[in-house]
Amino acid sequence: MSKIHVTTSVNGDEAEFLAEPEETLLDVLRDHLHLTGAKEGCGTGDCGACTVNLDGRVVCSCLVLAAEAQGREIKTIEGMANGEKLHPLQTKFLEHAALQCGICTPGILVAAKDLLERNADPTETEIRFWLAGNLCRCTGYDKIVRAVQDAAAEMRGA
Amino acid sequence: MLFDSEDPRKMRFEAPTSIDDAVALLAGEGGISRVLAGGTDVLVQLRSGMVEPDLVVDLKRIPGMFDIADEDGGWRIGAAVPAIQMKEHSALAAAWPGVVEAANLIGSTQVHNRATLAGNLCNGSPAADSVPAMIAADAVVRLHGPNGTRDVPVGDIPTGPGKTSLAQGEIVGSVYLPGRPGGSGDAYLRFIPRSEMDIAVVGAGVSLNMDGDTVTSARVALGAVAPTVRLVAEAAAALEGRTIDQAADDLAAAASAACSPIDDKRGTVEFRTRVAGVLAVRAARIAADRAKG
Amino acid sequence: MAFDEYDSENRIFNAVGTRPIRPDGMDKVTGKAMFGADFTMPGMLHGAILRSPHAHAKIVKLDTAKAEALPGVKSVITRADFNDKVSRANADVLENVMAGEKALYDGHAIAAVAATSPLAAKKALRAIEIEYEVLPHVTDVDAAMVPGAPEIRPGEPKVEGYSSNVMSKVEFGHGDLHEGFAAADVVMEKSFKTAATHQGYIEPHAAVGSLTADGRGELWCCTQGHFVARNICSDLLGIQASSLRVMASEIGGGFGGKTTVFVEPVALALSRKAGRPVKVVMSREDVFRATGPTSSSSIDVKIGMKNDGTMTAGQAILRMQGGAFPGSPVGMAAMCAFAPYALDHVQSVGIDVICNRPKQAAYRAPGSPMACFAVESVVDMLCNKLELDPVDTRLMNASKEGTKASYGPTWPRIGLIETLEAAKKSPHYRSELKPGQGRGVSCGFWFNHAGETSVTLALSPDGTVALSVGTPDIGGSRASMCLMAAEELGIPYEKIRTTVVDTASLGYNDVSHGSRVTYASGLATIKAARDAKKKLCGRAAKTWGIDEDAVVWEDGMAKPSGHNAGDHEPLSFDKLCKTMGRTGGPISGHFEATPEGAGVSFATHVVDSEVDRETGATRVLRYTVIQDAGKAIHPAYVEGQFQGGAAQGIGWALNEEYIYGEDGRLQNAGFLDYRIPVASDLPMIETEIVEVPNPGHPYGVRGVGETSICPPLAAIANSVSNAVGVRLTELPMSPPRILKALD
Repeated sequence: MSKIHVTTSVNGDEAEFLAEPEETLLDVLRDHLHLTGAKEGCGTGDCGACTVNLDGRVVCSCLVLAAEAQGREIKTIEGMANGEKLHPLQTKFLEHAALQCGICTPGILVAAKDLLERNADPTETEIRFWLAGNLCRCTGYDKIVRAVQDAAAEMRGA
Repeated sequence: MLFDSEDPRKMRFEAPTSIDDAVALLAGEGGISRVLAGGTDVLVQLRSGMVEPDLVVDLKRIPGMFDIADEDGGWRIGAAVPAIQMKEHSALAAAWPGVVEAANLIGSTQVHNRATLAGNLCNGSPAADSVPAMIAADAVVRLHGPNGTRDVPVGDIPTGPGKTSLAQGEIVGSVYLPGRPGGSGDAYLRFIPRSEMDIAVVGAGVSLNMDGDTVTSARVALGAVAPTVRLVAEAAAALEGRTIDQAADDLAAAASAACSPIDDKRGTVEFRTRVAGVLAVRAARIAADRAKG
Repeated sequence: MAFDEYDSENRIFNAVGTRPIRPDGMDKVTGKAMFGADFTMPGMLHGAILRSPHAHAKIVKLDTAKAEALPGVKSVITRADFNDKVSRANADVLENVMAGEKALYDGHAIAAVAATSPLAAKKALRAIEIEYEVLPHVTDVDAAMVPGAPEIRPGEPKVEGYSSNVMSKVEFGHGDLHEGFAAADVVMEKSFKTAATHQGYIEPHAAVGSLTADGRGELWCCTQGHFVARNICSDLLGIQASSLRVMASEIGGGFGGKTTVFVEPVALALSRKAGRPVKVVMSREDVFRATGPTSSSSIDVKIGMKNDGTMTAGQAILRMQGGAFPGSPVGMAAMCAFAPYALDHVQSVGIDVICNRPKQAAYRAPGSPMACFAVESVVDMLCNKLELDPVDTRLMNASKEGTKASYGPTWPRIGLIETLEAAKKSPHYRSELKPGQGRGVSCGFWFNHAGETSVTLALSPDGTVALSVGTPDIGGSRASMCLMAAEELGIPYEKIRTTVVDTASLGYNDVSHGSRVTYASGLATIKAARDAKKKLCGRAAKTWGIDEDAVVWEDGMAKPSGHNAGDHEPLSFDKLCKTMGRTGGPISGHFEATPEGAGVSFATHVVDSEVDRETGATRVLRYTVIQDAGKAIHPAYVEGQFQGGAAQGIGWALNEEYIYGEDGRLQNAGFLDYRIPVASDLPMIETEIVEVPNPGHPYGVRGVGETSICPPLAAIANSVSNAVGVRLTELPMSPPRILKALD
């Protein structure tokens, strides 16, 4: 058999799939596991719409081969809310109207969550550079930056 | 998927657990092969159809590939160590801020979490950000091949756009950055049209040893201004024995004179030539400030 | 109140003007929202498209037999699989969707394959045998116009003195230019060029089509207008429009670029031949090479001014290429060029040119940003020369109610002066610049559109409302519709659900373009709500046994009026909904029309920037958008439109461009080298919403989406030119271009 059997963890649940060697983690998440929250905007790591967390670091899932996921821990936008309770970033994105079309939103939320876990009080500049690989064509980033700042403040208990 | 084609040129994916196995796989491959570390270049090539390898060998299951090990006062950096891991290594980041910053200029946060020095080098791009910094740092790579291991200066690896001097079956297993004496410092600057996410239009890496305000020895390397990253002896000579202020004009002129760039979608010959001089001086100032502590 | 009231001036709003959470928000922050590529159907195949590697080539041989024979390949299509009797109106669309005899640009679709996996489809493309005879090509607008240029559609010249690539020439204006320029103290004349830019939406085009041999089909796609997609696709496939049901997915950005079809008819044609549903998703490279960027342009502007700043005359000659097909937005550009100014003597000429590039598609205020760039640059040059304040000078010449616009109409109430006055008072404009920094000011204008619109508003027994619209929500419009329905019905925002319904569920709707949705679907929603209220009043009348016209709707309730006033307890919306099954059956409000009265929108932008004189790199330091929204329904999303338009304009001004090689192939078909602004490129974008009500909308709404991209090109160019002391006349103002200009 030419397909590769992969066992991995997605949002805390064990996941198993058969992947073509050429398939990316993004292909598998979307087409095999039906987790379509990560989007393909470019396929070349230039837009960040496919951002997921792999073993504790955010990556472009279009730049990871599915076979590499063997034994790894993957977290996607689908695992960000806890049941019906949204993550503060999700709430603040809604409150600040930090999305227009919403296609970049999952990737930005996953990337921003990783930022706030590493830096509880990022400056505007730090937020902008951290998210430089997450393209948004609708908002001009203003409301995104404000939403991240506000979520950080809330998470700090400020 | 319902369809499993009988494509004779089906790609194989292997994730060996020893460097010898990786070498054996690559040496035994008759077709096209690619080594996968961070994958940030290889996956783009696969996706675009630029290359259709028969074999992809993932190095990340090999012990030691994610290690940054102290060695003879310097650091041996495993081939799968992502840029971010170097940034988080405080001793390495303090000693070679230019190299570490250069690696952390490649692409986005998401790319810093995957991209490696070894991959940036083996991709063979004259615009690779970490390569001028590594050449300025006099970094040495350890190659593992069918005939054993050998240590080669970084500058000897690229031979042209997309081309390297690696033999069939050879893998970069690690990059060695030497220890830093006091009074030394390095810096890397690049020019891009945006503030992030672009390929360098010009890159300049400078490593200096200083005695007070005077440069005692220097290495200056320029990226994206020639078919390979260029170590510019004339630029180093312009610096040595002088302060940065004294050397600035000659340094800029030497750097510009060393350029033989092309006009392309990222910049013009004129622009690259001129800005190479500007960046060499700016990088030298930062390196000097760092050397002086 | 009357059911046709337009009283935006005096109305006190309850829901409108608040900032509730958008109804589709939860799905979008949790990854559940279904965009174009997220949909699958049982038994679905995957399509791939073969594209021309040549800018201009005759297709000499096209043989698909080997591809068809591959395992897993279920259908292969070429132009022959489309309607050979397509309507004249859609002939160019078909030619663009699938080439006929010639490939007209790098990336032009030639054939397509459907197979059981995306990889199999992609690999099968290589088995298609094709031979080209490469023809001479041209990609520059000025070069394409010259007699003797490579001809894209060989034939007699249509406009005298030019090559056959010049498709048409239009002219607008009034007065006597000679007289106008003679009255000036200074006449400034300058030529400008702008590169083609792409809308750059993050979501590539995607469609899933299922079409059976009996001509019935389903189509799921990301589009700005699924009714238009239905009409075009049915024509291209030769089927009845009403036999095709189109569902609009969530749409990941459009900005005009998703107002036509690309992969949709391909998915349907592949599906018809294979007998299975087919998904076609564009790669990012395909998006850049083969969907519609906007035009590149070449523009000459001449303006006369008196020493006191009074403009005496203006003339603009604009040339735009629209790719390999006629229809560049040069006519609209010519109309917009001098819209902000009251001029007695004005002329603008637009010349439409074709060349070997992809067919242009609308991009946010198509044509206006380029025209604005050229005119507002010359205004800035005059202000500099005469040492005049750029805002005061614009105020002195500003169009206002009663001014005869350069393109014909006389302005009704408009808000240009209000935006300029707000700019003058803004903290930004009053702030001091540091040495080396430059400030730029520009006005901008867009018409705004109304378009054909249908809305249905169905009441439920529990007092909630299902609002069905046919305009895809590209920026939060469902929230605005809910707000307007809530306002009109006097019920909470949360009690309304707005759905963008499929083409079988509602009458025709034009695409979501022209900044029309909040205006037109909003107006339709208000009128549908009024229709529902009228029916509710009828039910109350029936309940009370009085005449219908003796019932009024007040405070969210039906009340007896006139001599019946006070005779009956008012009936609430909830109560009337609850009993409607017994009082005459279900109640829905409807509205279908092409509203008239879309209100134009003007803006004034102010920007500060600085330039690294050694590298030519520009940094935008501060940016302020001031725009007339008429009435902001959901102010947060109005601000978002202001900020997004400014950001796109900043990209256009500084870095974005289609770069073609000598071979006529696109060099930068990806987000790596087509450089849209990233988060770290931009400052916060300050906004001020001016509200000068549009008399043509019940609440005073003007469209806001497009005007915001008109001023930034000129504002940035003026800012950069003032920072470096050299006039920049070509976009993008990339670092190499700026550094060269500094020599």
